[in-house]
Amino acid sequence: MNLDAKIPTGPMAQKWDKHRFDLKLVNPANKRKYEVIVVGSGLAGASAAASMAELGYNVKCFCYQDSPRRAHSVAAQGGINAAKNYQNDGDSVYRLFYDTVKGGDYRSREANVYRLAQVSVDIIDQCAAQGVPFAREYGGLLANRSFGGAQVSRTFYARGQTGQQLLLGAYSSLCRQIGLGKVKMFPRTEMLDVVLVDGHAKGIIVRDMVTGEISRHSAHTVVLATGGYGNVFYLSTNAMGCNVTATHRAYKRGAAFANPCYTQIHPTCIPVSGDHQSKLTLMSESLRNDGRVWVPKSQEMAEKLRKGEIKPGEIIEGERDYYLERKYPSFGNLVPRDVASRNAKEACDEGRGVVGSGLGVYLDFADSINRMGEDVVRERYGNLFDMYEKITGSNAYQNPMTIYPAVHYTMGGLWVDYNLMSNVPGLFVIGEANFSDHGANRLGASALMQGLADGYFVLPYTIGQYLAEAGPDGRPSEESSEFDEVEEAVKARINNLLSIKGKRTPTSFHRELGQIIWDKCGMSRSESGLNEALEKLPALREEFWQNLNVPGENGSLNQSLELAGRVADFLEFGELMCRDALQRAESCGGHFREEHQTEEGEAKRDDENFSFVGAWGYRGADNEPELHKEALTYEEVKMTQRSYK
Amino acid sequence: MGKELNLRLKVWRQDNAGDLGRFEEYEAEGIDTDMSFLEMLDVVNEGLIEEGKEPIAFDSDCREGICGTCSMVIGGVPHGGQQGTTACQLHMRHFNDGATITIEPWRATAFPVHRDLVVDRTAFDRIQQAGGFISVRTGSVPDANATPVPKEESDLAMDAAQCIGCGACVAACKNASAMLFVAAKVSHLSLVPQGQPERERRALAMVEQMDEEGFGNCTVTGSCEAVCPKEISLDFIARLNREYGRALIKRETSS
Repeated sequence: MNLDAKIPTGPMAQKWDKHRFDLKLVNPANKRKYEVIVVGSGLAGASAAASMAELGYNVKCFCYQDSPRRAHSVAAQGGINAAKNYQNDGDSVYRLFYDTVKGGDYRSREANVYRLAQVSVDIIDQCAAQGVPFAREYGGLLANRSFGGAQVSRTFYARGQTGQQLLLGAYSSLCRQIGLGKVKMFPRTEMLDVVLVDGHAKGIIVRDMVTGEISRHSAHTVVLATGGYGNVFYLSTNAMGCNVTATHRAYKRGAAFANPCYTQIHPTCIPVSGDHQSKLTLMSESLRNDGRVWVPKSQEMAEKLRKGEIKPGEIIEGERDYYLERKYPSFGNLVPRDVASRNAKEACDEGRGVVGSGLGVYLDFADSINRMGEDVVRERYGNLFDMYEKITGSNAYQNPMTIYPAVHYTMGGLWVDYNLMSNVPGLFVIGEANFSDHGANRLGASALMQGLADGYFVLPYTIGQYLAEAGPDGRPSEESSEFDEVEEAVKARINNLLSIKGKRTPTSFHRELGQIIWDKCGMSRSESGLNEALEKLPALREEFWQNLNVPGENGSLNQSLELAGRVADFLEFGELMCRDALQRAESCGGHFREEHQTEEGEAKRDDENFSFVGAWGYRGADNEPELHKEALTYEEVKMTQRSYK
Repeated sequence: MGKELNLRLKVWRQDNAGDLGRFEEYEAEGIDTDMSFLEMLDVVNEGLIEEGKEPIAFDSDCREGICGTCSMVIGGVPHGGQQGTTACQLHMRHFNDGATITIEPWRATAFPVHRDLVVDRTAFDRIQQAGGFISVRTGSVPDANATPVPKEESDLAMDAAQCIGCGACVAACKNASAMLFVAAKVSHLSLVPQGQPERERRALAMVEQMDEEGFGNCTVTGSCEAVCPKEISLDFIARLNREYGRALIKRETSS
């Protein structure tokens, strides 16, 4: 397998400029001769589809939602980073780059991250021009806030709905191109496989989720912008429909899957309330700017809180442990997500958790309300406090919030080179679906940045190189044998799912899978636990294919069938994740191996042996996948043990 | 754990757009008051599948009140009648033990039913495609701070921009009017300086597409505002009327 990252030569700050000059161009008159498929319509997909259509390419865009405006980027709350230095507080492209590489615990690719930091400034300009109503100061200029993992204020936001507003901006550009006929949109359409012709990605097989019709689409190139795989855990902050199918299918067709064990557990989510729970809700990390995280110092006190015998307000200061402020005095409550999450788990594992299940800590605004007044807190976080009250029935102006970590984002994804192309020629992967920019841990407000960077400012340039080389004749007929073959396989699989007629629902398998992955491949992992999971998962998969019950038929809207197909892929993918977590015998970022920690319980990297991207190649159902390594070298950033103390 | 409820559900079932449809009744037993309304339906659906029946098809995705996917009329009110709340954020603690709850899809000519509670809202997308945008090419834009926007106007634009496009306004309206939805988009973009060059063209094109899709006229009953999960104000409809009138006059005088 060829894992050439194709990083341009020359000094870091000039690589992208140089590369843009070196890239081949497609003549403006020729662009209309090319067809581009974009799967997914979130920030990455919508921005890429719109930008490429503006350039003149013919784009087909697919999404499973009923409208591209609903892709799960919509749910991002807190903000988007950009190295604008509008606050005059010492920010720069170099600092954003440095913070991102450090925050990713030195497991990301330097050149990609530098480019991300460079184009971050253009994103804000683009979005403001689209009419995104960012928060502003009275002088009319843009406001900023600070965010976890950084000591400058570089985060732009639109109340607590930044993702929504940025997505609606990208969606409006997409709508314009749909209206102009340059993008053909296929909502309620799920990609079920990718078609390779002569080793190049040249098309996809999709299912119309309303009629069940299976159809083929060929193109000169295929772009996957299908998001992350957090729903392998069953419970996560992802939307119900988020799935791994597109990227997993591509993996089974030869694309390498990189770092699947890197998952991000977000520290501030609403705790699980019972077995019925269908998803978890995140409370923006921005809350940590003004909220203080604590648990009681003693287990006895925590026990009383759990039983409801005392209220949190009755616990005096001296009995409280503001553990993040205590352990990390310089970053305090603003430590990166992985550190905050692990410390919450540790406090709860010590028996100091404060909700009924024992899995929850306080996020307390009492001091901020005293200092700034309730009105200021309401202005900053009002919608979050309202959402919290809707879900829990508790008023966070009066009582501290209870929070617990939950799966939120996946840093792993399909391997891509500097051009965002996978090892399968013609298959590009952007946004959360690729692996490249966040290393082993993503900083807050950087997901929106990466999705839009890839879609607006990277892919539209780099895709030209591939298309120029492939030529306008490089689009195969949809009647070719390669399409026949993949479509047959897709149909056979659907028939298979429908014909088992066993006893268990797709959801029951999903829930059981999620529990195994959460227990063994969640916030902390161990060799024995991972081996246990690797024994359980094949057995569960076997039961799935023998005892699944999918009611109904293919020829109509069938949500059980949709879910069954996704769970089938998660069952295979979960195993790959555990395998990757097992091979990575070190702790880094969101990947915490119990055997590898410092005396103080912090993640302990092993740079000598694990400074690489772990990219897995599929070798058939009966063989173990093969691990390929892309070595990571750092020219600019000095690798140190991360310290937020 | 909260308390437990036993409920009777009267649910609209319809196999496809051509089917006449009918109500069917189900028991929902042992429902935890901490559950969301959709989690209650999940429980009922798991039971139906286990009985070998087809589950109730309903739309939902983010389940945190922002994607606008969930769409059902609960007890006669779109999203169930808790102020500023989508169906996915509605929790069972607001229901009484022993209650009968009627659940229906959005009902509007412009939103044909796909199946059960799932409707086709692509009419909204087509309205956006007609003009709900500012024409900026990627890359051809000035520095974000080159165009200051007064905070008050930016905040008001944000109030309108919060619309999640769920369609509850249409479902609540006796005329199935989409005015609140269109008003929110037109207002958002006409309030910011970046939206000025296409201001008139946008208002005319979106209203024209709205009419073409078969949405009814607005008679200002205010039911849309009452059920809007993002509490978009009726004032924006007044603003849309002004924008539309202004655009008409401008078109007349310039032609």
